[in-house]
Amino acid sequence: MNAARSDLFALLAGVGVVLVIATLIGQMLAARQPSGDPSPVIDNLNARINAWWGMVCLLGLAFLGGRGGVVVLFAVCSFAALREFVTLTRTTRADHRALVAAFFVVLPLQYLFVWQSWYGLYSIFIPVYAFLFLPILAVFGGSTDRYLVRVAETQWALMIAVFCVSHVPALLTLEVPGHAGREVLLIAWLVVVVQISDVLQYVWGKLAGRTKLAPTVSPSKTVEGAVGGIASATAIGAALFWITPFRWWEAAGLALVVTLMGLAGGLVLSAIKRDRGVKDWGHLIAGHGGFIDRLDSVLFAAPVFFHLVRYGWATP
Amino acid sequence: MPAGSRSSPVSCGDCSVAERVRALLSRLVAAAIVLFARLVTAVRGSWLGSAPDDTRRVYFANHTSHGDFVLLWTVLPPRLRARTRPVAAADYWQSSALRRFIGRDVFRSLLIERSGGGGDPVAEMAAALDTDSLILFPEGTRNVSETELMPFRSGLYHLACARPDIDLVPVWIDNLNRVLPKGESVPIPLVCTVTFGAPLEPVPDEAKGDFLARAEASLRALSTAGSP
Repeated sequence: MNAARSDLFALLAGVGVVLVIATLIGQMLAARQPSGDPSPVIDNLNARINAWWGMVCLLGLAFLGGRGGVVVLFAVCSFAALREFVTLTRTTRADHRALVAAFFVVLPLQYLFVWQSWYGLYSIFIPVYAFLFLPILAVFGGSTDRYLVRVAETQWALMIAVFCVSHVPALLTLEVPGHAGREVLLIAWLVVVVQISDVLQYVWGKLAGRTKLAPTVSPSKTVEGAVGGIASATAIGAALFWITPFRWWEAAGLALVVTLMGLAGGLVLSAIKRDRGVKDWGHLIAGHGGFIDRLDSVLFAAPVFFHLVRYGWATP
Repeated sequence: MPAGSRSSPVSCGDCSVAERVRALLSRLVAAAIVLFARLVTAVRGSWLGSAPDDTRRVYFANHTSHGDFVLLWTVLPPRLRARTRPVAAADYWQSSALRRFIGRDVFRSLLIERSGGGGDPVAEMAAALDTDSLILFPEGTRNVSETELMPFRSGLYHLACARPDIDLVPVWIDNLNRVLPKGESVPIPLVCTVTFGAPLEPVPDEAKGDFLARAEASLRALSTAGSP
């Protein structure tokens, strides 16, 4: 436990150093701008860096709070993400009861099952039981107009905002031999690798980006940014193998998988935003947009990472 | 104008203990209501054509939910919130002690008799504008129809004639009708926006119908400008 604590503090200290350097660079760039002519890109960069400070502090506090802290933090993230997702759906008053159930029954139950380590239930609760019961509630809403669209959007909202997000705290329920007491470091590793990949894709894209990766979906993503970001984040994931139960090459392989999933998650959720005609999912995280804008890559990476670790390293 | 005498619920020099407790309680309830509104709606104010400054104004908004003026009130900076009063129906807000407390002490509503039972609503509103801004729902009643906006009643026009010095600012409240549809008791959390447009330009000698059509159009324009 003490070794786990000191590894966690070492990691947080490392992230802190990176943020201090980023803050210094951001402030230097802002100071170099002629006064009265602020650059929107630099202002946004600094807003993002400031928000990172807040997010890292919250995550660090949750880690110190153990399983309870982590479960509560991600339940709150799910709530905010579900609120953003449902806002963009075409649900009507006929879906009201189903949505009340989604927010106030399904979401809390999913996190309760995660907190209880009830793998057999939390891994199927939303794909099976919510999938079957919410359409039943919607049937009694009294309207069949666009019924399939509304029911499908509600299910997608729960899968993305609750099911996928809950697989981050679910990592705490895995029992990896020789890794007892260090479960929280699995979450730290996943979040650091996936998020640093996003940051490095942005940096590589700004420095060397030429070829657009998916111009119709996400005009700011470039092939050079994606390759550079994923390669360097994979290297960082391998270098951090000492906080995980993996050997360094296993850590590299897993880092490659989660960063690729993260890139895909960003593209898929961008496609949904484009479909619904918005630029950001929300406005609560200054410089980043909404919760889903920040979590999009983690959403897609977490369930895959969870199952790879479960089948490859954990005791069933 | 009984409500006007309470225009500053706090910081009175020699008021009784009961009044102080009441003032403190109303501030706590106000803070709780704002917190609840933010938890459910993560509401964001979007100032497109006006700035959140100290100008006294009439904010006129669409009305689809009992929570409309709570939301508008929540996005106002606290300094303006203390000087902005909703215009509300007296019969509703005087029907119980709790509603009287919330309507009069927490929101400092300007209560208007709907059934035409005495009093001059336009004169009362015009007088209140000497010290405070007002929130007005010119549709007159909650819009539970499928249409975006119902025809305005004439009150806004008469108020504009009585106080030509005061800006009329259109305010579009988006999504709140989905949070709590009519007949439901549990709200669902959805992101709401409150969009403030530019004040109506004064047009000399404008006919009532033209004025109301112009006011409606200015509000309708915000429904597409502010929503995502």
